[in-house]
Amino acid sequence: MNDRPLVLNDPQAPSFQVNRSSMVDPGILELERRRVFDVCWIYVGHESEVRAPGDFRTRTVCGRPVIFCRDSKNAVRVFLNTCRHRGAMVCREPEGNAKIHTCFYHGWSYDRDGRLDGVPGEKDYPASFKKSDYGLKEAPRVETYRGFVFLNFEPEAMPLEDYLAGAKEYIDLVIDQSPSGQMEVIQGTQEYDIRANWKLLVENSFDDYHLLTTHSTWLNYLKNAGVEMKRPERGHLLPAHGVGKPLGNGHAVIDNVNFRGRPVAKWIPVYGAAAKPEIERIRAELVARLGEARAARVADTNRNLVVFPNLVLNDGSSMTVRTFQPLAPDRMRVSAWALGPKEETPTARAVRLDSFLTFYGPGGFATPDDIEALEAVQSGICATYKEVPWSVMSRGMEKPGEQLNTDELHLRAFWLQWDKLMRAEPRAPG
Amino acid sequence: MKKKAAARGATGKVTRGEVEDFLYHEAALLDAWRLDDWLGLLTSDARYFVPSNDRPEADPANTLFTIADDIDRIRGRVTRLKDKSAHAEYPPSRTRRLISNVRVVERNAKELRVESNFAIHRFRRGESIREYVGHYRHLLRVERGRLKIARREAVLDAMELGSMGVVSFIL
Ligand code: FES
Ligand SMILES: [Fe+2]
Repeated sequence: MNDRPLVLNDPQAPSFQVNRSSMVDPGILELERRRVFDVCWIYVGHESEVRAPGDFRTRTVCGRPVIFCRDSKNAVRVFLNTCRHRGAMVCREPEGNAKIHTCFYHGWSYDRDGRLDGVPGEKDYPASFKKSDYGLKEAPRVETYRGFVFLNFEPEAMPLEDYLAGAKEYIDLVIDQSPSGQMEVIQGTQEYDIRANWKLLVENSFDDYHLLTTHSTWLNYLKNAGVEMKRPERGHLLPAHGVGKPLGNGHAVIDNVNFRGRPVAKWIPVYGAAAKPEIERIRAELVARLGEARAARVADTNRNLVVFPNLVLNDGSSMTVRTFQPLAPDRMRVSAWALGPKEETPTARAVRLDSFLTFYGPGGFATPDDIEALEAVQSGICATYKEVPWSVMSRGMEKPGEQLNTDELHLRAFWLQWDKLMRAEPRAPG
Repeated sequence: MKKKAAARGATGKVTRGEVEDFLYHEAALLDAWRLDDWLGLLTSDARYFVPSNDRPEADPANTLFTIADDIDRIRGRVTRLKDKSAHAEYPPSRTRRLISNVRVVERNAKELRVESNFAIHRFRRGESIREYVGHYRHLLRVERGRLKIARREAVLDAMELGSMGVVSFIL
């Protein structure tokens, strides 16, 4: 693929185009697995999902089955979920707590620290067989930023904090919603497939250009519920101002003035009159803790953050953590969770979850239409990409200075990083 | 059936046959996309839930659901689904619901708790069938002699939504 460009960036023209074969070609997905997913920091889960020694969750990260867990000292670990004997998946439950994981096939068992503990008929192995050589393999690198756990299959990768670059500031804004600085994943997982290439969901997750056309029924719902929406100001498409910003290493964000309500802490009529005092109390706590300016930053702006390549934090009508794994060029599996402050009251928690469902998720008033859009793109391009090879992504290219959330600078930032990695020669083996 | 229930004026003598007829009627309205008529089957405080697949027994106040609608949200959902701009359901998918194993599991003077199994096939142009299999938990109330739905919960059996993708129609 190195001989044909997949991203055409011409700042002089100016024009920016993405080749549609990158969403269709199985060879490209193969290359992405090695050159993107195997060298980047990839989201595994949140610390709050495993709390006590022995807590575990099994999931697929970077195409590998992993056990995301706490060891005997309560440290977060990520083991490859494959038996060192002949490879069976050792843990087949979605979640739980265990002192020992036993592979049912021949009965090898591993302790919480991944050490091989029991081997039936151990004495019949040769003398050279040492149990200490056969612990569960771990992801080469596992690091955490403010509760978000990532792994990296590249042992030489830069530290997670360096990798996150400007995205850290936006993760910090999420964390500031909690008085103790602790956010937690709320139980209940939305796990669903989209029949589209994974990069289309990256684009869609912070593409505000589509809001009015794709989500008019959601906007109507808010209006009918009494949410005030201003006419767009000059030069804007949307009711409130918002910008798109690259954050380094392919991460980017849309950073918007809020009109849609936020559980922390901007009340809208959809929340119901009974919730108003609670939202006001949260707001007051925010101001007391952070000061007016920072509190307004947390509460009165909303942000969709893409952490390259496949983590999305939508800090909008509620707070979602969403990651997605490619299954095929035209299919991905999405996992999404709600995140909330650990000390949130039951009232505030209920508002947060209710607000989540107005927009997000496979039964929400907006996400299904996003999914429909991605599937429409995939259906549109899969058989025509040779005749119609290029998608256009040049909005805002001629504007000096600030770029709007409805421009495409932030989308271009993702694609440029993707292109850079896809062109990079892999390190020589050994 | 409605007249009979009216004559008795209570849940005590509502038969399983009447409950079955009622559920079949609801299914027929939804399959025909007669959504306003379907709203007519609901009480003014009705609620509609689809729990997340990994927490089928949970409470939407502390657990993320796929759908957790109060009556206002249900009405909003119907308004949305009748709009051509509800892109996920335009053109509307065709659905066919098979309802069986209907059981009245509890009853008091005002309400009946009913459980049933469903298999819903969803068809869209150029797509393979999507199958939604699970069970319903209905809370039915007799209002002015008619059975009404005070709560309906559609619990899917699949471990994750997976290839079902979305729940964009009324399950
Ligand atoms: S494969 Fe696990 S014990 Fe044999
Ligand atoms: Fe969208």
